[in-house]
Amino acid sequence: MITVLETGPLATIQDAGRIGQAALGVPASGACDPASYALSNRLVGNHVGAAALEITFGGLVLHADTDLTIAVTGAPCTGVPLNAPSIVRAGTVLRFGPPRSGLRTYVAVRGGIDVPAVLGSRSTDLLSGLGPAPLQAGTSLAVGSECGPMPGVDLAPVADPAAGFVLVRVTAGPRRDWFTDTGWSSFLSQPYDVSSNSNRVGVRLDGTPLERSRAGELSSEGMALGAIQIPPSGLPVIFLADHPVTGGYPVIAYVSTASLPACAQLRPGQSVRFST
Amino acid sequence: MRILPAGDQALLVELDDLDHVLGYYAALLADPPPSTVDIVPAARTVLVTTTGGLDALRGHLLAVEPTTSDRSVGDLLEVPVVYDGADLADVAELLGCDAAEVVERHTGEEWTVAFCGFAPGFGYLTGTADWNIPRRSSPRTKVPVGAVGLAGEFSGVYPRESPGGWQLIGRTDLKIFDQQRDPAALFHPGRRVRFVDAGRT
Repeated sequence: MITVLETGPLATIQDAGRIGQAALGVPASGACDPASYALSNRLVGNHVGAAALEITFGGLVLHADTDLTIAVTGAPCTGVPLNAPSIVRAGTVLRFGPPRSGLRTYVAVRGGIDVPAVLGSRSTDLLSGLGPAPLQAGTSLAVGSECGPMPGVDLAPVADPAAGFVLVRVTAGPRRDWFTDTGWSSFLSQPYDVSSNSNRVGVRLDGTPLERSRAGELSSEGMALGAIQIPPSGLPVIFLADHPVTGGYPVIAYVSTASLPACAQLRPGQSVRFST
Repeated sequence: MRILPAGDQALLVELDDLDHVLGYYAALLADPPPSTVDIVPAARTVLVTTTGGLDALRGHLLAVEPTTSDRSVGDLLEVPVVYDGADLADVAELLGCDAAEVVERHTGEEWTVAFCGFAPGFGYLTGTADWNIPRRSSPRTKVPVGAVGLAGEFSGVYPRESPGGWQLIGRTDLKIFDQQRDPAALFHPGRRVRFVDAGRT
């Protein structure tokens, strides 16, 4: 068992998400940075899809009620061992300090976090209200048994999320033609700032609004992870894990799969540019 | 039909209208491409996400022969409704009839779940008659679970309490979405629905 003493700005339980139910209006949700989440599970020998903790900008304080094996990946919080399996003795208090860079940190516990699954997943979906509630001080977390042998790995050599300017690879989206060539050029050349209104649904960006080539409304249509939607403000929103399954604003571009983890690690104020 | 790009794991098929979407979706569901993750129909489009290659997916999508008798394939769900919605009188006025006739028309239709969205289990149902009901000019901040509404050409049932701008004509006790139940969602694309007048209670 683990007891949550403090949560920081937001800490949730996440796994690989509710895959394949979008036609029912059920978003995928799941870990925002799938690469860091998967690594944390691998480091403690968990099965693929075991539930872990997703911390937003540090601040989580945990009490180990029993001996635990954990791995911390993603945004490098201060005060805890990173990117390596480590044993935490019963009675230890783990304090996740603010990360040196990035936004989201993953904590896998060997065996996985054991909470009831909803529609096949233990992920907290903040948009749809599915899955467990965000962690609160006093929450007790049970540890499951979703693990195999420990990997023969002491340390995973991964780079920290970028601290400054981030280049995000994109491809033209289905509604590229709703924008003028000037608008498209502006999209690909201007530096955007990550807005503090960003959350697990999407990264909102501040910058110069894009010029549209046509007025009118789009019928709602299906949207996948990494869609970059342009609402009437003309400012992009990059869809993350809790994005709605359909949306009514034109998608100018999609983030390449390889750039998605970097998008999930963008923190407010950071600078971003898109490139094909 | 046009196939539009949607990132490196999906393609968006754009069709002429909702009837074409229903036919295309039914055919695609009957013979899904290999490695498909999601098939998401909407008003004019079908999004297909895959773990496989986009070229193979594109080939499959181009070869789909849409089902034509799309409105008779799904199983039929009966939804009992108490027609006492706050907007029933307004809807009657919009349609130029009385409340009883709104109920008659709504229960007389065979509705089809065209697509879902907005919230888990929220279905956009289309009928055969020419429903054209504007949304409320100011959305309600709180629509109760089970509220039955109309908007545009669609009818729907709120799967949980939420804000909403649809014109409310009644309510059902049927749990349209229950995350503890399997299946959680009673409305899925292609399902036929008939609303039944449950009387005033």
